[in-house]
Amino acid sequence: MTDTAYNFAYLDEQTKRMLRRAILKAIAVPGYQVPFASREMPMPYGWGTGGVQVTAACLCPDDRLKVIDQGADDTTNAVSIRKFFQRTAGVATTERTAEATVIQTRHRIPEAPLTEDQILVYQVPIPEPLRFLEPRETETRKMHELEEYGLMHVKLYEDIARHGHIATSYAYPVKVEGRYVMDPSPIPKFDNPKLSDCPAIQLFGAGREQRIYALPPYTQVVSLDFEDHPFVASRAQHDCDLCGADGSYLDEVIIDDLGGRMFVCSDTDFCTTRRELGHIGRLGAPMTDEVA
Amino acid sequence: MTPAALTGGFADAPLQSAQAFRSILQAMARPGTIHDLTGALPPPPLSVAAGVALLTLADPSTPVHLAGATDTPAVRGWLAFHLGAPLVGAEEADFALGTWADLQPVSRFRIGQPDYPDRSATLIVAVDHLEPEGVRLCGPGIRGAAQLSLPGIPALQANAAMFPLGFDCLFTCGTRIAALPRSTRLEVL
Repeated sequence: MTDTAYNFAYLDEQTKRMLRRAILKAIAVPGYQVPFASREMPMPYGWGTGGVQVTAACLCPDDRLKVIDQGADDTTNAVSIRKFFQRTAGVATTERTAEATVIQTRHRIPEAPLTEDQILVYQVPIPEPLRFLEPRETETRKMHELEEYGLMHVKLYEDIARHGHIATSYAYPVKVEGRYVMDPSPIPKFDNPKLSDCPAIQLFGAGREQRIYALPPYTQVVSLDFEDHPFVASRAQHDCDLCGADGSYLDEVIIDDLGGRMFVCSDTDFCTTRRELGHIGRLGAPMTDEVA
Repeated sequence: MTPAALTGGFADAPLQSAQAFRSILQAMARPGTIHDLTGALPPPPLSVAAGVALLTLADPSTPVHLAGATDTPAVRGWLAFHLGAPLVGAEEADFALGTWADLQPVSRFRIGQPDYPDRSATLIVAVDHLEPEGVRLCGPGIRGAAQLSLPGIPALQANAAMFPLGFDCLFTCGTRIAALPRSTRLEVL
C-alpha cells in the first residue's frame, strides 16, 4: 500500500534533482566519486542510506524492485528497504533477478547475468579505495587527480610479501577505463569480473560519506594485479549443498557444534531457481509446494 | 512575466520527473541512443525535450545560461516561474541552452577542476536533426561503436581529449534527446 503522506519515493523533488545531477556527472566520469548532499534517511547510516537515495532518485512507478543483502532477498536489510519503497513509491517488487528492473544490492552482484533493461544500485560504506592507506581526503583527492595509485600497488605487493598471494578478498580495487581506481564496494572479488562490460547501468551510493559514483554499461573495469600474480576470482571449492551449483559464490554455514558445516549459494534467488528446476545438492531435498 | 509563463510545467512533477530522468539517464549512460522526453510545454524556441530536461535537473541552486535566440522574455519568465534558476553568463553556468551556433565558443563553459571534474557545465543543445548516423562514437556506455548526427565535431573531440575534465552535452530535437558525456570518443568516418 502506498503511503500518500510522502512524496513519490520519499525524497522531496529538490533533493532528487540534486541526486540526479550527481548521478549524471558520475556517469560522465566513470569511477570518479561525485560529492552530493546526502540526506538523513529513516534508517541509520550503514544500512544503505546511499543506495536508498540513489534508488529513490532513479525509481519510476512502473519499475519492479529487487533488494538483496549479501545475495539474499530475505534478510532484515533487504526486507526493510523493499518495504520502504513499496510503501513510499508503490512500486512492484520481486525476488527474481530476471524480472527486476532496478536492483539495490549490498555486497553482491547477482549470479544471473544482468540485462540492458536493468539498473544495479550498490550500497557503499567507504567509497574511497585509498582511504585505509591515506586518511586525509585532501591527499586522496590529489592522488586521484594525479593518477598517483602507486600506494595501492604497494598494498597489494605487501599482501604478496606477507601471505604469498594477494590476500584481499573483498572490496578488491579496480581501475575504470584506464583512469580512476575505484572501490567496487565490499563485493567478494569473485564478483569483480562481472563489473566489466556489464549491459546494466551500475550506480554506487555512499550515504554517510556523501559520494555517488557510477559505471555506465559496457565500461572496461580491470582488477588491479601484477603480471606474476594475476587477479584470481576466488570462491570456496565446494558445490552448493542445496542446489549442487558448482560455479556460484558460496556462504559457509555452521550446522552443529561438532564442526559440521554446509556451503550454500549466497544468491538465494539463483539457488531457489535451480532447486525449482530439480537440481539437488548434497544436503538438499526435492522442492515441494510446502518448501516453495 | 506574462500569464503564459505560468503554464507548460509538469502536471505531476514527482512522477513525470522520475520518468524524464530515466530517459536522460539512459541517454547519458548509452551515448548515441535517442530517447523520448515529453511532459512539459516550454515557450519557443525551447523544445519540449529541452524544457523537460530543465524541469528535471535545474532549480534555484543551478545557474542557467541562455544563449542567443533562447534569451527571450518568454523563456526568462518561464524559467523564473518553473525553476527559479538564476540566469548567468556562460562562464558561471551549470546548464546552458541554445543552438550549437549560439553556444560558441564552447571553450567558455566550465570544464570542472582537476580534483573536482564534476563541477562542469551541461550544455543543452538544440539541433534540427537527431539521427543515429554520422560521427562514430566509442567509449563507456557503448557496446562496440554507435553513431550520432552531431554538430561541431572538432570542438567535441577537443572536449573529449580533456577527459576527465570537460562539459557534457544533451542534444534535443523536438521531443527527443540524446547525450554525449565527455568520456565518449568521436571518430569521423
